[in-house]
This record gives sequence, structure tokens and C-alpha cells, in this order.
Amino acid sequence: MTATKSGSWTRTVSLIAFMLLWQLAAMAVNDAILPSPVVVFKNLWIHLTKHDLLLHLGITLYRVAVAFIIAMAVGTLIGLLMGQWRGVDATLDSLLVLALNIPALVTIILCYIWFGLTEVAAILAVAINKIPTVVVTIREGARAVDRELLQVAQAFRLKPLKTLRQIYLPQLYPYLMASARSGLALIWKIVLVVELLGRSNGVGFQLGTFFQFFDIVGILVYTIAFASIILVIEAVLMRPLDRYISRWRT
Amino acid sequence: MTEITVRVDNKHYHDVKEAVLENINLSLRKDEIVAIVGPSGAGKSTLLNIIGELDTQFDGELTFGANGHEKTIGYMFQSPRLMPWLTVKDNIRLVLKKSDNADINALLKTVGLEGQGQLFPLQLSGGMQRRVALARAFVNHPSILLLDEPFVSLDKPTADRLRMQLLELWKNERPAVMYVTHDLREALSMADRILFLSTEPGTVILEQKITLPRPRTMEDQGVTDLYNELTNRFPDLLAGIV
Repeated sequence: MTATKSGSWTRTVSLIAFMLLWQLAAMAVNDAILPSPVVVFKNLWIHLTKHDLLLHLGITLYRVAVAFIIAMAVGTLIGLLMGQWRGVDATLDSLLVLALNIPALVTIILCYIWFGLTEVAAILAVAINKIPTVVVTIREGARAVDRELLQVAQAFRLKPLKTLRQIYLPQLYPYLMASARSGLALIWKIVLVVELLGRSNGVGFQLGTFFQFFDIVGILVYTIAFASIILVIEAVLMRPLDRYISRWRT
Repeated sequence: MTEITVRVDNKHYHDVKEAVLENINLSLRKDEIVAIVGPSGAGKSTLLNIIGELDTQFDGELTFGANGHEKTIGYMFQSPRLMPWLTVKDNIRLVLKKSDNADINALLKTVGLEGQGQLFPLQLSGGMQRRVALARAFVNHPSILLLDEPFVSLDKPTADRLRMQLLELWKNERPAVMYVTHDLREALSMADRILFLSTEPGTVILEQKITLPRPRTMEDQGVTDLYNELTNRFPDLLAGIV
């Protein structure tokens, strides 16, 4: 308990230190090109109360969530199959390497060209970008599954569903966690690009508009707003979940 | 009552030409502990895997018990093989056939782990982990108990204590036990019958009945005498074993 407490204390201190550093840098530069955190947070309040910040945030979050779920589900399935069966692995491996190396921008542009400037195309493009990295992580996890523990299930004649839930999946949790956490970070970055290129709402679309007007404060307001949400998701969902899953490690 | 009859004409792993086991024919009755003794690489674990139906790729036949009577198998491996993410209790509950938790507490008490059911395996010593594995093997009241060098690489006092606990648990319902070991003294102290396996391809080369009274320990005079007699009579046979 003390370890987690001091951990969150350290996190808070490092965040405050970052803010201070930013404030000092802004004061030193003393130019509109680097607004100070005080100005940014003041404007954050204005955007929250008087403009559509919440709407755009909500739309972006929705896209992140849908793309995340699709990417995790499809990636996990393919990763398990590849990790479990050598034939599947051999068949899909070079495709996987190819998919890993296609630039996100190419996928996005192609999706928009082929499927039109639609919601489906946008989310599909994001999911396609994330799936290969999920596959790689989960495949690693499936390969690392301890056969000796599965033999215990066989020796005691456990039902397949029980074996899956209590012996197989727990060994995959660390890998699922790892790809979920890195996935969240990657996906929201790609979602912004997708919104910038072909949507008329969302954080990415707004950033594009601010860019045209050279509104640096606006850009920082949206960045801070979204990054805070991700921080909160990490703190209230991912980290406690991770702690719960690995509570048996002493 | 015969619990298991197994005939292995030939067993080899698909990528190796030489057989691991050959011409094995044995049966196991209720109430008896049979030790399989042989040098490492004699295919002892393979034989146990075949009997436990973990390995079905062999030429031969495996028959269980009399018609219509249900078999339940308890298994102990060379390492404890506990799920590290499950507590002691949940590890045992995992293999439970009927959800009857009362048994688990009693069982933990017998193996000296009373009140430690909420701990995780990584918080336990090696000896304690074996005790959990022992309790797990007994929780379903097995009719057949398969033990693959269950107390190997433990210090002697710990191993001795575990062997006592095993016999203590065995006494109640006296399931058929197959006990694999490379330690002849251990076999002599535990078994009613010892089957000696040769080096590869493993086959039974000697069967020895043991009528010494229980409980016995590895240091008993009777065990030592029989040990000396066997090693004198069959020096070649047992050369690789001790």
C-alpha cells in the first residue's frame, strides 16, 4: 500500500515539476509562440464552458474506443492463432511484417479513397494500424504459455472452458495489458490524423482549424484536455487493473 | 480389484527412431503402492504419462478398472506445477470435481497448511508448494494416484515429512498408487511392489515384492537389509540407479 501511495506522490510531483518548467520556459521566451500554462488553462476553461471542446472530445473518444475494441479483438484472435499453430504463423508471418511497416498515413489515405470520407473508413483505418502490433504481442504471449501447466489441466481432466479461463488466459493477461496500454496511446494519435484528413469534427479536426489560424493556445488546450483524459484512464482503469492482475507476484 | 492394466508394445517419439519403452505389461490394484524404479532416461515419466492419458501416442492398450466403475486420477509432477496466479485454496479448488469446499480445509490441515489457503504459491517455500500439490492430488478422492518423483530436489527432512503425509492421506481410501522414483531406498520405504525399469528402451526387468511392515522409513533395518541384498544380487541391474 505504501509503495502505491509513494508511487502516486512521485507521479504528482513530476507533473507539477513539468508545469513549472513550462511556465519558466514561457516566461523566458516571452512570445505568443509559447503560451504559458496559466494562459492555456484559462483558455481551457473558456473552451470547456463557451465552445464545443466537450463535443469534439466526446467524438474523438468514441472513435478511439471503437477502434481500440476492434483492434484488440481482431489482433488478439489472430495473435493467438499464430502463436498456437505453426502453420498459421508461417502463412501470415510475412503479411504481418508487411502490415507492421505500412505507414499509418498510407492506410488512412487508402481507406478514405476506397471507402469514402466516412466514419467507417476512419475507424477502419485506425484499427488496421493497431492490429499488427497487437498480433505481435499476443503471439509472443501465446508462445510463452506454459505447457506444463496445461498438462495439469489434462491430468485432472478439467473442462476446456475452465482450462481456458483459469490456466490459459491468466498467462496472457500481462501481454493483453501491455498491448492495451500501448494501444491506447497509439490509437488516439492515429485517430487525430484521421480526423484531420477526413472528418469535420473531433479533436484532430479542431487542431487542423487552429493550425490554419495559427492558434497555438487552442492547440495546447485540446492537447492538454485529451492527454488528461488518457492520464485519468491510465490511473483509474489501467493501473488498478494491472495491479489486480499481477497481485500474486510478490 | 484391478484399477489399471497397461500394455506398451512400443513407444517412441515421432522424431526419434529408438523406442523409449518396449514390451511393458503391468497392472495396478487398489490398496497397493507400486514403485517404478529406473535410471534417468528409462522412460519412467513417459510410462506415467501414458497411464495418466497425457500421452496417447503409443502402441499398446490401456484399460481402466472393472466395468462401469468410475475412475478418478490424482497426479503429482516432478515440480509442484501450481498456478502462481491462484491462491493455495483456489489451486486446489481448480481441480475439484464436486464443489465441496469443506474437504479443502480438512485437506490443508492434514498437510500442515491450515490457515494458509489465502497465500499465493510464490509466497510459499518449495516444501510447502509440494504439500499443496499433494493436497491437490488427493482432493477428488482418487481411485488412482500417479506420482512422478514427487519429492525430488527437497532436503531430506522435508522429503521425509512429505512422504509421511502422503502415506497418512493414502491410508484413508487406499487408492492404487504408481510412484516413480530413481531412489531405490525411497521405493523400498514406500512401496508394496517395485518394478525395475531398464535403460532405453525401458522395459520391466525385475519385479520385487516388499512385505516389510508399515510404517517404515528409509533408515529402517529391514529396508537397509533389502537394499543391500538387492544391490548385491543384481549389481549390474541397479548400477545406474543409486
